[in-house]
Amino acid sequence: MSSTTPKKIDVKKSLVEAILAGLIALIVFGPIVGVVLEGYSFNLESTRVAWIIAIVMAGRFALSLFLQTPRGLRILEGFESTGSGVHVLPPDYKSRLRWIIPLMIAIAVALPFFSNSYLLGVVILGLIYVLLGLGLNIVVGLAGLLDLGYVAFYAIGAYGLALGYQYLGLGFWTVLPLAAITAGLAGCILGFPVLRLHGDYLAIVTLGFGEIIRLILNNWLSLTGGPNGMPAPLPTFFGLEFGKRAKDGGVPFHEFFGIAYNPDVKYYFIYAVLFLVVLAVLYIKHRLVKMPVGRAWEALREDEIACRSMGLNHVLVKLSAFTIGASTAGLAGVFFATYQGFVNPTSFTFFESALILAIVVLGGMGSTIGVVIAAFVLTVAPELLRGFAEYRVLLFGILMVLMMIWRPRGLIRISRTGVTPRKGAIHYERTAP
Amino acid sequence: MTRPIIELKDLDVFYGPIQALKGVSLHINEGETVSLIGSNGAGKSTLLMSIFGQPRAAGGQILYQGVDITHKSSHYIASNGIAQSPEGRRVFPDMTVEENLLMGTIPIGDKHAKEDMQRMFELFPRLEERRNQRAMTMSGGEQQMLAIARALMSRPKLLLLDEPSLGLAPIVVKQIFATLRELAKTGMTIFLVEQNANHALKLSDRAYVMVNGEIRLTGTGKELLVNEEVRNAYLGGH
Ligand SMILES: Nc1ncnc2c1ncn2[C@@H]1O[C@H](COP(=O)(O)OP(=O)(O)OP(=O)(O)O)[C@@H](O)[C@H]1O
Ligand SMILES: [Mg+2]
Repeated sequence: MSSTTPKKIDVKKSLVEAILAGLIALIVFGPIVGVVLEGYSFNLESTRVAWIIAIVMAGRFALSLFLQTPRGLRILEGFESTGSGVHVLPPDYKSRLRWIIPLMIAIAVALPFFSNSYLLGVVILGLIYVLLGLGLNIVVGLAGLLDLGYVAFYAIGAYGLALGYQYLGLGFWTVLPLAAITAGLAGCILGFPVLRLHGDYLAIVTLGFGEIIRLILNNWLSLTGGPNGMPAPLPTFFGLEFGKRAKDGGVPFHEFFGIAYNPDVKYYFIYAVLFLVVLAVLYIKHRLVKMPVGRAWEALREDEIACRSMGLNHVLVKLSAFTIGASTAGLAGVFFATYQGFVNPTSFTFFESALILAIVVLGGMGSTIGVVIAAFVLTVAPELLRGFAEYRVLLFGILMVLMMIWRPRGLIRISRTGVTPRKGAIHYERTAP
Repeated sequence: MTRPIIELKDLDVFYGPIQALKGVSLHINEGETVSLIGSNGAGKSTLLMSIFGQPRAAGGQILYQGVDITHKSSHYIASNGIAQSPEGRRVFPDMTVEENLLMGTIPIGDKHAKEDMQRMFELFPRLEERRNQRAMTMSGGEQQMLAIARALMSRPKLLLLDEPSLGLAPIVVKQIFATLRELAKTGMTIFLVEQNANHALKLSDRAYVMVNGEIRLTGTGKELLVNEEVRNAYLGGH
């Protein structure tokens, strides 16, 4: 690429670009900032406009100059090459992101020691969305099946805990695997009729499925309490409850260990369990992608006819993607319910599906690290910027538009580590982003 | 060498109300190279795909090594020694050459993957040069080689090829046919569907001519090359 030929810095080009940017700024900001209404007349505030334009021009000029330096050129190249699809890493490639996993674990372990319960709550939510993102990533990112009703499986997990507790007296630990299985079965059941569908049609049917589940939860008053919702139980620590007083004369956690009652302990516990589950799911996903079924998902996404010509059982492949994706959402739902202590149908609207899809798209279809980062950005950021929370949808919109321009394939490029040929046989010039 | 590896008996295949194959019977002996020629829409691709059970035959029988596979699953068929390179190549665009080859091992598992990949690179040296290139960025000829190599990765006894010369320059077609000839010499049974009748007939031991879903003619490659009807319809009539 062009970086090999050192180019001179072209000041004139930068000046022209700066003037153009100034003109655009004048058109955009002139009427908004420069004209201030006062009663029925208006004042012209030309100095403010001049300042804004000056800042824009200076900024554009500096940016333009910077982008002509070798470092800037490299950044530009990074943007250009993103359009070229999946980035394939050499098989013996040691990811530069490798240190991220120990780092994440270190942060996760350290977090409870210096966080308050509010921050912890935000992180729990973030982790729940990581689970959801990972699950949907299998369906959409890997298998290429656009599922707009993913929230249904999340709801099944959450209501699984609430209903199981209410009617069958089941606790968190019993429901956790059951919810994964139930949601997985639901995924399988949804999978069957949509096997022949692709793209838009698949999206519409799954969207409908998501709404059906929500409407059932909302309207089956006698079973689910409808819009009033239902309580969900907390997890127990080997049978010890986290409440101030245990039910049925049991010993609560704090008394058993002889420590003072702290209402936040339960959140720390949920956090710890959730983190372990996320790690397990990350690991399982990592393994699955390398196994034949993972490769079959990707093959199906890339060319269904080719898959058929290899005798690949596309029914099984699609169903397994739906099932595994759904069961991950079921797990997430259980954590959501136990963390909130309460579930109602408003948590499972289409917006939630869209949010999860946004996580997958932003993260880079098929990329695990990308999904983890995107999940935190999209759930934690609005929480931390409380005042900005109402603009969340706007924020999404802007992010999406920017992404489509600069990162059409997601934050992190999908990079698969190649197959298993001999070590050291291949050399690469290109490096990962 | 005269035992048929595959035998189609009176095969009927429908797409909804349209009958694409009408009582097709043919056989391929072990180690033979047999080609099927016919004009567009004759039903050649349909025939290849129906050996894989997609679409299923509505009538008739497909015997593979004496076993009736008419109603077996595609997976069973693929993992028991039949492989195909589909029409239009259909390589996985976002996967590298190596990954595409690895996908080819799905029917049989990847225990021989490394060794077989090396064999493919010997057969198609071009692929070795490009082993880490993404398939979508390769030329049509390279993609065709990849499609054939991918099919061979499942260690087939019977290789089905659908129009390997599609859209390729004459020189590349020549290369590919040379490789097929090499392959045939190793004892591989090849069933070749082609529009390029000249090349196909020269390569083949025997051939069938299909018209409107029916087998019209059959004979050795040499016989058909000089056959008046074939010359007029498929060899440009000179
Ligand atoms: N999926 C399908 N649904 C309906 N009809 C089909 C389908 N596939 C093929 N056909 C029809 O079956 C007939 C045979 O098609 P086929 O693709 O087998 O022809 P072909 O001999 O391979 O032609 P070509 O040389 O152009 O590839 C055609 O009339 C075609 O329109
Ligand atoms: Mg065809």
